[in-house]
Order: sequence, then C-alpha cells, then structure tokens
Amino acid sequence: MTAKNPTPPERALPEQTDRNAGQGLASWLDQRLPLISFMRAEYIDFRLPRNLNWLWNFGAILSVVLVLMLATGVFLAMNYTPTSTGAFASVEAIDRQLAGGWLLRAMHMTGANLFLAALYIHLFRGLYYGSYKNPREILWLTGLLLLLMIMATAFAGYILPWGQMSYWGADVITRAVGAVPFLGASLEHVLTGSDHLGDIFLHRFFVLHFVMAFLVVGVVGLHVLALHISGSNNPLGIEPKSRADTLPFHPYYTTKDLVGLLVFAMIFAALMFFWPGLLTEPDNYLPADPLHTPAEIQPEWYFLPFYGLLQSVPSKSGGLFAAAASLLVLFALPWLDRSPVRSMRFRPLCRAGVLGVAVAFTALALAGKHHAEGGWLVVGRLAALYYFGYFLVLLPLVSRREKTRPLPASITAAQGEPS
Amino acid sequence: MTRSIPKRFLAGLGVLLGLALPQTDRARAETTQPLPHQHWDFEGPFGQYNQKSLQRGFLIYDHICSNCHGLSNLTYNDLLDIGLNSQDIAALAHSKMLAGPPDTTGQPTQRPALPDDHFRAPFPSDAIAAAMMGGVAPPDQSRMVAIHSNGPDWLYAVLTGYKIPSPPGAPVVPGKFYNTAVNGHLIGMPPPLMDGMIQYPDGTPSTLAQQARDITEFLAWASDPHRNARTRIGLWCMLYLAFMLVLAMAWKHRIWKKPDKPGNAETEQ
Repeated sequence: MTAKNPTPPERALPEQTDRNAGQGLASWLDQRLPLISFMRAEYIDFRLPRNLNWLWNFGAILSVVLVLMLATGVFLAMNYTPTSTGAFASVEAIDRQLAGGWLLRAMHMTGANLFLAALYIHLFRGLYYGSYKNPREILWLTGLLLLLMIMATAFAGYILPWGQMSYWGADVITRAVGAVPFLGASLEHVLTGSDHLGDIFLHRFFVLHFVMAFLVVGVVGLHVLALHISGSNNPLGIEPKSRADTLPFHPYYTTKDLVGLLVFAMIFAALMFFWPGLLTEPDNYLPADPLHTPAEIQPEWYFLPFYGLLQSVPSKSGGLFAAAASLLVLFALPWLDRSPVRSMRFRPLCRAGVLGVAVAFTALALAGKHHAEGGWLVVGRLAALYYFGYFLVLLPLVSRREKTRPLPASITAAQGEPS
Repeated sequence: MTRSIPKRFLAGLGVLLGLALPQTDRARAETTQPLPHQHWDFEGPFGQYNQKSLQRGFLIYDHICSNCHGLSNLTYNDLLDIGLNSQDIAALAHSKMLAGPPDTTGQPTQRPALPDDHFRAPFPSDAIAAAMMGGVAPPDQSRMVAIHSNGPDWLYAVLTGYKIPSPPGAPVVPGKFYNTAVNGHLIGMPPPLMDGMIQYPDGTPSTLAQQARDITEFLAWASDPHRNARTRIGLWCMLYLAFMLVLAMAWKHRIWKKPDKPGNAETEQ
C-alpha cells in the first residue's frame, strides 16, 4: 500500500475496465453513452489542489443559483404578460393571487441579487489569485463573457415588472446607447423597436431575458469544460506537482462545497424571508408612467459602479465608453499582466494594487449612488483613473520588474510535509 | 524618475478634477421633520400582523377610503388572509356593482362583483378622478405603504396630523387642509377620520388614533400581504438549514481530519 508506483497514475484505464465489466443496466447504458463514467471522472475522481480555500465555493454556489433562477423563472414566465398595459398587473397577480407566487418571485429577486454578488466575489478571487494566467485564459474569457451575459439578463429582467424604475432605468440606458458615436441612433432603435418604450420594447426584452438565461447555461458548460481541462488554480498559484498535492473532488470538495452552499443558503433565506426590503426598490411598486419622472433614478446596486463611471466622465459618449471599457479591459488582463507568478500572495506590490481595484470599484459604486454630486464627483473620477491606471499602466509596468516573494516548492511543501 | 512621473501626473489630474467640480449644489431643500415612530405589531424581521386590527382596518377602508382611493391589485378573495370567511367575502363582493357587458341593445349594464374580482375602483379612470378631485387623482393604495420610506409611520402621521382650524399665520388655500406631516403643510385630502365616526363590531373604542392605527396596519398588509407566512416559513427554513449545516460541518470535519492518512486509497502516492 505504501509502495511507490513508478508509472504515473492513469485515469483512462480503470474506467475502461469498469465500463466493460458490469452486466447491469447502468453498464449497458454506460457502454453506449458514458454519462456515469463521465460524472465519476469529473465529479468524483477529479483531482483538485488540496489547498483550495472558501473562496473556491463560489463556482458551486453560482451553479446552484443558476439552476434556481431557471426553475423559478420558467414558472414566473408562465404567469407573466409582456405588454405595457398588462405587465405590472400580471406581476402583482403573481405576487398576490398565484398560490406560492410570492415565494417564487422572492426567490427569483433574491437570486438575481445574490447571483451578481457571488459573481463579483468569484471574479475578484480570480483576479487576486491570478486565475486568468496561462493555461487558464479561456476559462477567464468565458467567465467574463458570462458576466456580460448575466448583466444583460439581469437588466432585461429588471425591466419586466414595468414599474417606475423599470421604465426610467430602461429610458436612461437606451438613451445612453443612443449616445454611441455614429451607430447610436440605429442601436437605440434596435433596442426599443419604436420611438417610445412600449409593447415592442417590453416584448423584446422579455424574449431576450428568456433566451439569454439559456445561453448562459451553454456558456457555463464551456466554462466548466475549460476548468476541467486546465484544472483549478489555488491560493498559492502554483500547479500541483504530484498526486500528493491534490485531493479527489469527492468526498473532500463535495463536503466543503456543501458547507459553503448551506452558509450561502442561510444568507439567501435570511434576506428573502426577513429583510426583503434591502433588495427591492420601493419605486418599482409604482406602475410605469412615461409622464412622471421619479425624483431619483438609480440602477440596482450591482450596476452602480458602471453608473458611477457613466456619471464621472464629463461626456455622455465618453462615460458610456468608460463603462464599457471597464469590463473590456478585463478581457485583456491575461496579456497585460506578464508576471510568471500567479497568486498575489507572492506579489506585494500588485497585491496592494489589486486590493486598490476593489476599493476603487466600491468607490465608483458609492459615487454612482450619490449621482456623482459634489465631492462624490472627485471620488468617482479618482477611482476611475485608478481603475484604468492600474490595469493599463501600473500592472504592465510593475509585472515585468516587481520583486516577488519566493514560491514554495509544492503545495504539500507549503502546508508542511504530511506524515 | 519613472516612478515619480505617474504620481505627479495623478496629483495634477486631481487638481484639474477639483477645478472641474460643478458649482451648483443640488441638495433638495425639504423641510420635513422626522416622523414620530409608532410601535407596530408587524415591524422588525419577525413581526406579524394582528388579525383583529387588520379586520378593523378593512372596515375603515371599505366605509371611508374606498370612496376615493382604489386598491386595484387586490381581489375580494385576498381578504381570506385577514381572517374573513368565504361567505362574508361573497356577500361583500355581491354588494359592489361593477360594469357588466353591454346588453343586447348596446346599453351599459352593471353586475354584482364576484369574490375573484378585483376591488372596485372608485372612479372610471384616473383622468375622471383628477377632474372630479381638484386636479389630482387620489393615489391607489395597493402599495402605498411600501413606496413611502418609513411607510407606516408616515401614513399614521398624515392621518393624525390635521390641524383644524389651521394655526394662526398659516396660508389658507381653498380646497387644501393644514396637515403637519406633509411638505408645505397643505394637503388636498379632507380629514378622513374622526373620533367615533365608525362603530367597531368588536367593541374597540373608535378613537381617531385607533382608526389611524388600524387603517395603517390594513394598508401595510395590502402592500406586503404575505408577511405573516413569510416570517413563519422563514423561521422553519432557517432552522432546517442550520440543522443541515451542523450535519454538513460534522461530515466535512470528519472527512478532512486526515486527508493523508496512510492507507487512504484516495490520496496515497
């Protein structure tokens, strides 16, 4: 049992024999469509670095929230009317008269908020531990694509109840799109479908919301596929060197993910059942009224950083460009950061820099919340400068010549030799 | 050298940005004093509505508010939630006349409401309501408490905030009433409640303050009708999740105790 095996462990061989050995229905199926061996290989035997911390729970959490969003969303859609005269009343009817409808809707609304929250944490974890670096560039790019798709889906979904904030939020965004140089007017027309926000627009965004939700599932498939090819990064940012550096998915990470999921579920339930007001905008319980602009138009909290950028830049199309660039710059990150060291644990300068990005992102959100008025305009502009300055100037310069701390020889070496 | 340039650059930009600050301050000059806080049965994360108060509140809505204010998103059957029974609801609905289909000669007809019908609207349309009520349609009350910040305290303050006659020196505007709880202290709605203007069947003294409390509780329920079920289900759900979490933590702890134990086939080298 303790004898060393000189040849590297082979994964394909035992599966092959397993697959051909059995006589039952399971093995009959598996010989024709190897679903069972696939699940066994990717979710039971699949080996992960042994030092993953709690931030690595968010992948599993996001998958579960996505399933919850689809499951509740399908039933909400069955009771929703995508017309400008019927939408608000149909959502009220879901909330008031449909049996259990209030719970479905509460789950979907809380889910949307916590989906974005978990996504931001998941993204920042990748940023901090260098999960975007070789060989995980495609993993990073598909993840960013998912972020964009989920933001579009969330925006479309927020329009559907057709309350005051739905309408005026959509108004702000379609007008902002209209400010795109050259293409603006055409793009705005593609979004709205007519010269005002009405039935065509609402129906378009209902279909968009629905279609995007299922496209997200497809891209999640690509994201997970890329993950299972490159393997997970880890807090040390060094590749596992031997089998001892890794642990099988089951039972180690199934149990750890389960604990993380349950903690997340408790936060979810507490918000949904006891503090629902934290996640809802009261003005959206007023039906959309094109003749009355609300005193204060504010997007959902998860769009505030981009709203802050939009308002901090002194030109309409410039603000729009900055908001779009803040996301697009992340796509270039694997090529902007040339350091061979992944984890910020060993990069003191960039560590401070990337924590600064989190601060700048939060500051932009606060500036957006305060409409970049007074001192918040200065805060917003400095944060915007820092955000882009870090990714486009500091990181490319520093990553080439920074003095990194020495990397451990292996994951096990860093944890202390097991007896 | 190369390190100091970005710093100087940033400092310069900071100065420029400071100069670019807009000179106008858009602080809204609202002069409302903070609302006095009332104790409500339903406040806090675990609060529950008081059924008796909800039923008294509905009585006030039905006799007073509903003359001008709609509750358009509710159906009569929704009143099952506040403890009315099906027969009472059917009888109540039957007493309300709604517009029916036109008859064979094309004349408009009326029909009694059914329990599944939405609450009868006091006016045929908002435009007609505005024309009849001095220019502004009385707002619908379905989500009234939810859309005001601090809704219950606000509504209670408005209902109890009338001063008649208005204090000396206050502007007198025809068709407006002096109320300490609204901006500008003038409101179009005449004082809706009075001591003893309604008789409660449960014998509760019908003071203005009591009426204001009951109608506020009822309209808070209308804005958030599932609060009682939500907090009750929420508590059980949290208990269940906590129990599962303890089990999952114990399992995880056991699995992770010795991932490198010799003889553990999963991890041996």
